[in-house]
Amino acid sequence: MSDRESDRRVPSAVGDGGVGLLTQADLSVPTHQIVDPDGSYDPEAVPDLSAEELCDLYRWMVTDRVFSRRMVNIQRRGELGTFGSTRGQEASIIGSAFTLEPQDWLYVGRAWTPMFMRGASMTDMIHFWRGIETAQQSFAKQNSQIAISIGSHIPLVAGLAWGMQLDDADAVATAYIGDGATSTGAAHEGINLAGALSLPALFFCQNNQYAISLNVEEQTGAKTLAQKALAYGIDAIRVDGQDVLAVYDAVQTARERVKDGNPVFVESVTYRLDAHTTSDDPTRYRDEEEVQEWEAKDPIERYRSFLQSEGLWSRIDHDSIVDDIETEFDEALATADELEERRVRELFAHVYDELPSELSRQLEAFEALLEERPEMDDYIEQRPKG
Amino acid sequence: MQATIVQAVNEALHGAMERDDRVVVFGEDVAESGGVFRATDELLEEFGSDRVVDTPLSEIAIVGGATGMAMYGYRPVVEIQFSGFLPPAFDQLVTNTSRIRWRTRGELTAPMVVRMPYGAGVRALEHHSESLEGAYAHIPGLKVAVPSTPADTKGLLTAAIRDPDPVLFMEPKRIYRSIREELPEGDHEVPLGEAAVRREGDAVTVVAWGAMMPPTLEAVDDSGIDAEVIDLRTISPMDTETVVESVKKTGRCVVVHEGPRTLGVGSELIARINDEALMYLEAPIERVTGFDTQVPLLSMEDFYLPHPPRILDGIERALTA
Repeated sequence: MSDRESDRRVPSAVGDGGVGLLTQADLSVPTHQIVDPDGSYDPEAVPDLSAEELCDLYRWMVTDRVFSRRMVNIQRRGELGTFGSTRGQEASIIGSAFTLEPQDWLYVGRAWTPMFMRGASMTDMIHFWRGIETAQQSFAKQNSQIAISIGSHIPLVAGLAWGMQLDDADAVATAYIGDGATSTGAAHEGINLAGALSLPALFFCQNNQYAISLNVEEQTGAKTLAQKALAYGIDAIRVDGQDVLAVYDAVQTARERVKDGNPVFVESVTYRLDAHTTSDDPTRYRDEEEVQEWEAKDPIERYRSFLQSEGLWSRIDHDSIVDDIETEFDEALATADELEERRVRELFAHVYDELPSELSRQLEAFEALLEERPEMDDYIEQRPKG
Repeated sequence: MQATIVQAVNEALHGAMERDDRVVVFGEDVAESGGVFRATDELLEEFGSDRVVDTPLSEIAIVGGATGMAMYGYRPVVEIQFSGFLPPAFDQLVTNTSRIRWRTRGELTAPMVVRMPYGAGVRALEHHSESLEGAYAHIPGLKVAVPSTPADTKGLLTAAIRDPDPVLFMEPKRIYRSIREELPEGDHEVPLGEAAVRREGDAVTVVAWGAMMPPTLEAVDDSGIDAEVIDLRTISPMDTETVVESVKKTGRCVVVHEGPRTLGVGSELIARINDEALMYLEAPIERVTGFDTQVPLLSMEDFYLPHPPRILDGIERALTA
């Protein structure tokens, strides 16, 4: 994957003693791209996808964008605790998730539509952001979870992959991480373990340039995140995260290798156009000019020009796609709003397989108190809308 | 078969791996070398390199990896070489291991065991002597067991490996090889969450666990005091009933542990006794514990660790108050 000549190159001598340093400059990390920002592409390089699949990619990208927009909107009118928009990252998110099979494991950070692609509902995702536990239960049924603590899921994914290896399963375990996660100790240990044991683990890193407020250039001295993989003895691909076909191609290639026990780290270079979450104010740490530059690299626009060139655009009714998604969202929201009243018993139900006696005592005492002092209800807000 | 505690660990692991193909053992130096204390000796030879694996020096990956593997359906039993090296993985225990069942409302679980030798008294350097069961017992969703005899070690570890929830299994390394007894044959299980009355008595209740059991029993035996000695065996969930029943009988109580006193397991035991047996108490409950200091290095650890005279002093205070 690299165009360097490292095997033959003699490290440049520095200092009087002629000590050779191995440096980042010795490495050239290419970025895989299929469709140029100007819309041009080499037809030979286009992945082997049917017209229907190519149209599906578009539909899912639009789903991702509309979902983010609607979620931000309902948050603003007080119907959601918070939300992390994925606007700008649609090619990265959809191109990668499109390669996964149902038996694969998907453990994400900042990628919501892949859950829908695997069968979860928008209601589940609204529940997730409203802090309702049925969401993760539902994602679990699709071999999926969302990680909140950045990077903490990377060792879990290594462990899931280890289970697949023991089972000789035709599957891969995938961790979606961000640029910030690559600085965590959990990432170091988890990726190293995958390399050491040749686990079928795929690390998909959306380098969206920011860990909340910290730019990736201040996050690490590494020029690319992809190169970090080499230190663990695993392969890496750096891909243009605004080019859905390139992302699909990269992750599909990675998945094939991972399945055979060669873990791969994919760095998808993208940009978080919106705030980290609705509680964040990005104007405090980045310039509007920079945001405008990335607005111009809109992944959906670029893909639209590809579909036009391929003569597939006529098959797509963009407005009707958006209408369908809006309707799906309206229905999901209505369903989510019908949440049944919560009971404190639910809090205790899944701490252990069997409720220990001390926990039973705590629960029973509290239930008795609720009964005895109905005025406590005034202090217990159920927050059905987050 | 006569066995020590560390041999009982080994026996329990052999049995569990024989009975259940899903049991996988991994950790640092556990396979080829059989573990620094030989707790995993001969497992590699018997069960092969798929199920007995040397990992990199990566506590986060050992505990997090075990959690992922358990979510996938296996029953990993991992070793942390010394309990002083668990803190890097504390994040995994708190953030993931203990929460998988709760987070997914039972859809996924993490049935796994983290084994580790704990405690002072083995003339080790820093980070080899801690006794932080109180800190780990503070994590909802995790169970914490501390055996004190070879038979219990086999039985509790067998139960821990079968348990549907994650268990932290703290092995008293100070007495790894100092006690030898007949091990129950075959599939021997001691349920988690049940304390054992080691000695019946009417004058005072003395509660201890793990490596504090031998000095506690020695203090009682040498003194001739008619003490009831309880081995807590599981810190979480804690068997309050056995302790409370005993205190109702004796009216006096001493808690012995080697971890720091403040917010230690003794504090919780006393609170529970106060909740359920306050009116039976004839004296304040005494604590004989480690100090709220770092565990000293080997040259000073005898100042720190409760020993029979200190334990006896606590018992006498409880009796004379």
